[in-house]
Amino acid sequence: MYAQRPEARPATVEVLVDGQVVRVPEGASAAAAVLLAGLPALRSTPVGGAPRLPYCMMGVCFDCLAEIDGVPNRQACMVTVAPGMRIAPQRGARVAGPRA
Amino acid sequence: MSGHDLAIVGAGPAGIAAALEGAALGLSVLVLDEQDAPGGQVFRAVERAAGDPALAGDYATEGMALVRAFRAARGVEYRPGTTLWHIDTDTLRLSLLREGKAEEAGASRLLLATGAQERPVPIPGWTLPGVMGAGAAQILLKTAGAVPAGPVVIAGQGPLCWLIAVQMLRAGAGPVTLLETTRGSAATAALQAGGLWAGRRLLLKGLALVREARARGLRVVRKVRGLQALGEGRVEHVRWEGNTIPCGTLLLHEGVIPSTHVTRALGLEHRWDAAQLCWRPTLDGWGATSHDGIAVAGDGGGIGGWEAAVATGRLAALDAACRLGRIDTAERDRRAVPHRAALRRALALRPFLDRLYAPAPEVLAPADDSTLVCRCEEITAGQVRAAARLGATGPNQAKAYLRTGMGPCQGRMCGTTVAALIAAERGITVEQAGVLRPRAPFKPLTVGALAGLAKDDAA
Ligand SMILES: Cc1cc2nc3c(=O)[nH]c(=O)nc-3n(C[C@H](O)[C@@H](O)[C@H](O)COP(=O)(O)OP(=O)(O)OC[C@H]3O[C@@H](n4cnc5c(N)ncnc54)[C@H](O)[C@@H]3O)c2cc1C
Ligand code: FES
Repeated sequence: MYAQRPEARPATVEVLVDGQVVRVPEGASAAAAVLLAGLPALRSTPVGGAPRLPYCMMGVCFDCLAEIDGVPNRQACMVTVAPGMRIAPQRGARVAGPRA
Repeated sequence: MSGHDLAIVGAGPAGIAAALEGAALGLSVLVLDEQDAPGGQVFRAVERAAGDPALAGDYATEGMALVRAFRAARGVEYRPGTTLWHIDTDTLRLSLLREGKAEEAGASRLLLATGAQERPVPIPGWTLPGVMGAGAAQILLKTAGAVPAGPVVIAGQGPLCWLIAVQMLRAGAGPVTLLETTRGSAATAALQAGGLWAGRRLLLKGLALVREARARGLRVVRKVRGLQALGEGRVEHVRWEGNTIPCGTLLLHEGVIPSTHVTRALGLEHRWDAAQLCWRPTLDGWGATSHDGIAVAGDGGGIGGWEAAVATGRLAALDAACRLGRIDTAERDRRAVPHRAALRRALALRPFLDRLYAPAPEVLAPADDSTLVCRCEEITAGQVRAAARLGATGPNQAKAYLRTGMGPCQGRMCGTTVAALIAAERGITVEQAGVLRPRAPFKPLTVGALAGLAKDDAA
């Protein structure tokens, strides 16, 4: 769980995280919005069904792959929020390279 | 195709310094970075967050100054939000991804200033929600001003642990506990490395941080071993040798290692750094790699911190100008003098820090067979050891036995751990086990993005 600090960074951008409205500061990443929304998991693993949330916040671990504005397999930690952005847990297999 | 003299990947201190130096020497410079603003990891989001009292210090002063100078520089084209995903090593054509669209760029010379990543810390339970890198939590603070709610445990070691603990406490997080994994024998070894006098400025900064951390109520437990994260569905407790404490957020940190994903994928020469326990590209004193047209500056070439990154960035730009015929070698060498002195000062304390904070063997190669090593494909240390016994001689062969390195992260998280596990199991060195060779694309690409590129080419 994370706490915002509006005195330092006012939450001015409204996004949708898994359908839920969340306000976050300008410059936050979509992964930050997921954490601030308190989502329990962004994906569950194919083998063990274990929940996962973003781990590195800088594009290394790929545990933040999400569907953003309808496009799957995006690294949520590398995408800056924009008003009205829709961020949803990844459905289906996670893909690193270009595949049809 | 725009033909710049020098293309720089990364707008951290190294890339910014190289751009400033290159532009001052009359080079046309392209800087691209996947972040939406300049600053790199250390000065990430500084233009938005410099006023946050939790981040007071180098960040707000020197970081802000560096980024201001970069914004004001002439002769520098800056493309933020742009990810490098392929380089043609024959032509130095760069394949980029910007706002979901593929594009290209060309340059006579290329400087990779892609920085460092946190060293993966594979402990039991490190995949639980609520466990993340300490640097990751710092990114959340810099970019969104947010801090963990509830009890925070920082586990690991290194200067960044103290800095992040202080920043969290200033920001009102807490209570914060630091479980320091530094071994008792490390201090003696570190003192023998020397450099304390030459590195006294950094050392004093570090000591001031420790004092501030104590004054703000940081609880410190020393010589911690056998860390585990426990919980149902998310981390609830942290356990180590006989102790268990409640925990809302567990932040792991055992230092940073060079981000060598791109340099490895390009097939550049690398060597295993036995002092920093990581791979680094083989570089000369100017940052030149084994490829004629490609240089590396900053922490991506070996961990030195941001001041060293600035110096190596400047040196690499001088060498680029020289190789492009803008200055002769005498001029290059003359201009290099102050940057070499700055580099020496910045690195003076490194041997001490490297020894003091050398990760324990169990961090490099987890002892417990059930610990997950590959987060993507859920592969355990035991499975890697079994593959080593069956004949996997290194991380590249392990791919054929398991799927380590074939998930979305392409081995960024598991590569060094897999190599260390195989080396230990087979009684060889990590160097002999070899370095994982990833492939392009360096980052995920959609079919749509590629289709756009094909259209542009046809036009
Ligand atoms: C998470 C984290 C937090 C840190 N915090 C601090 C700190 O608070 N204080 C401190 O002294 N040191 C910190 N460090 C250490 C850090 O390595 C600094 O020493 C410094 O940032 C190094 O500067 P650099 O220019 O070499 O690389 P960086 O500052 O890391 O800059 C590299 C840049 O390259 C970009 N990049 C990488 N790959 C690509 C690609 N494929 N395409 C496009 N762009 C790319 C990145 O977005 C980044 O902006 C931190 C390191 C990490 C990993
Ligand atoms: S959180 Fe690790 S890649 Fe995004």
